[in-house]
This record gives sequence, structure tokens and C-alpha cells, in this order.
Amino acid sequence: MSGRIELWLYVAQRLSAMVLAPLVIVHIATIIYAIRDGLTAAEILGRTEGSILWAGFYGLFVAAAAVHGAIGLRTILREMTAWRGRSLDVAASAFCLMILVMGFRAVGAVT
Amino acid sequence: MSEQTKAGATITVEIWRGREDGHFDSFSVPHEEKQTILDVVTYIQRRIDPTVSYRFACRIGMCGSCAMMVNGAPRWTCRTHASKVLKDGKIRLQPLRNLPVIKDLVTDMTVFFDKWQKAGGRFEPSQPGSQEFAEVSPESKERAAASAGIECIGCGVCYAACDVVAWNPDYLGPAQLNRAWTLVNDVRDADRKGHLAAVAVDAGCHACHSHQNCTRYCPKSLNPTASIAGLKRATMTAALKGDL
Repeated sequence: MSGRIELWLYVAQRLSAMVLAPLVIVHIATIIYAIRDGLTAAEILGRTEGSILWAGFYGLFVAAAAVHGAIGLRTILREMTAWRGRSLDVAASAFCLMILVMGFRAVGAVT
Repeated sequence: MSEQTKAGATITVEIWRGREDGHFDSFSVPHEEKQTILDVVTYIQRRIDPTVSYRFACRIGMCGSCAMMVNGAPRWTCRTHASKVLKDGKIRLQPLRNLPVIKDLVTDMTVFFDKWQKAGGRFEPSQPGSQEFAEVSPESKERAAASAGIECIGCGVCYAACDVVAWNPDYLGPAQLNRAWTLVNDVRDADRKGHLAAVAVDAGCHACHSHQNCTRYCPKSLNPTASIAGLKRATMTAALKGDL
């Protein structure tokens, strides 16, 4: 697998995009629907706390976004700067981990 | 007859002189009907300045050697009419983008053809020495995919048009990957896996952003972007099956 890293990153990028696409649509549609008559933080938390559905929805969202964002950022840096090699891979992995930690903290806080 | 092709009308031609560091020289050339860009450069070299360097061979769109940047776009100059690309009576000619410049309008194509080999562009016969014709149905999916890409003349226009090459000089390139895709679909070829392995590398087919500049500028109206997309699918399928 290590010899085909670009290929597997390509697969992960496409699969995470396929996961993200419907999640983003539901996310935006929910925002538009929910705030029609104004919405308070308490009302949001009232709906999300204890909800396994929303925890699962945004948990998956965070995981897909972390993978997709980190691979995309790595590609942009490789093309737009002279940064290549192991240090960039480590940095991209750290970015992925950071999004996962921050994202799951946020999901944990509202569900 | 347009204003620009009236008797006595001239074209102002700016030509890049030198190597990577250089300057533009300006020439005034009589404008004639159905005059190609190659005709314009030839006129300058033979009548005005014999030190202008450029490359051509067949003059009929077969050999792929006369490509250069014309008003910022890569074109085969022997089949490009001056009247079609004139901007305010001016033409600016530069060597092909993304390639080292040898002198004036002549680029060093070594890296272009080295990448051809690097991308596995060599046919590997499954029946070496066979005197029999291979039977390949024209209707087969593989034959159709190969046919769509085999008319490449190796002019380097797509390579010059490609932004991914500009960003990452290691990227194999549209013409090279298009060639690999024709071999992947060639049922007579013995090393499909080898061809896929050659392009599933760092700066291989997966680096393509599908901008389609190669397809837009290809003088043979080929679609290297589609070929590269085919390689992406084929390599992904092979990898998921554990064949790569």
C-alpha cells in the first residue's frame, strides 16, 4: 500500500467527497429550515442533546471532512509551494487529527 | 476580404529571442490570405532575420514539431491561420510553455519524451514474433477507447496547456497518460498491470485536476482528460481488487 500512496489518497478523497456531499446538503437544508422563525442556542441544544441520530450524522461529517480537508490541503501545498516529502505528510496527518479532535469535541458538546 | 488581408496590410509579429532570459523582437510581415503562423515565421527567418530559430518538418499537421505559443495559447502553427489568431493586427510568438527553452522558439523536448517512457508508453507484445494479424473487434469497448486516443502526434501542445505540469514539473503529462490509456485498452498488449503501475505513482494520473486545458487545445481534437479519467478508474479498480 505504501508504494501506492497517491492512489489510496485519491480513493480516500473521492469516497470522503461522496460521503460529504449528501451530509452538506442536509446540514445546509436543516440550517435554513430551522432558523426560519429565529432560533436560540437553548432550542438547538434541546433538539440535539441525547440524539444518537445527530451525533452519528455530525460524527460522520467530522470524520469525512477531516480526511477530505487534509488530503486537499496536502495537494494544494504540494502544488503551490516547494513543500514535499515526509514532513508534509506528517503535517497533513496532524491537520486531519486536529480536525477530528476539534470536531468530535464539538459533536460531544451538543449531543 | 477583411481589412487585415487587404493588399499592403502588414502584421506586427513579436518573437521571443534568447533562452529563459530573453526579450521580444518585433517584425513587420506582409499579411496574405490563408497565411499560416508557420508561414509568418518562415518569412521572417528567410527575408528579415536568418538568426531566428524555430522548428518544423512536415508543414501539414502530421509531425507535431512546429508547436509554439501564439498570443499566449499553444498551437500547431502550420495549421493555424494568422487571420484567425490576430489580435489588433499583432501576433506574439513564444516557445512552448512548461519546457526548457533552447533558443528563441525552440524548446528542449527531452523531458516530454522521457516522460512518455516513464508513463509506460512502450507497447509490450503478447505474441512477439507472431506473423498473424490480431483480431480486434472495432465494436469492442477497448478498441473504441484506444481509437479515441491513438491519433496523438506528440506535438506537446497539451503539455504546454497543462497547469498541473506548471505547478508540478514531475507530473507525467496529458499526452503521456493518454498514450498509456491507449495501451491499457490494447488487447494485444501483455502488460496491462505494468502500464497501470507506471501511472499510479506520485505525480501520475491522480494528480490531474480535470481542468481540460489539454482537451481544449489539442489540435487533433483528442480528449486526454477523458483518458486520464479512465486511468484513474482502472487503477482504482485494480487496487481495490488487490491487483496493483
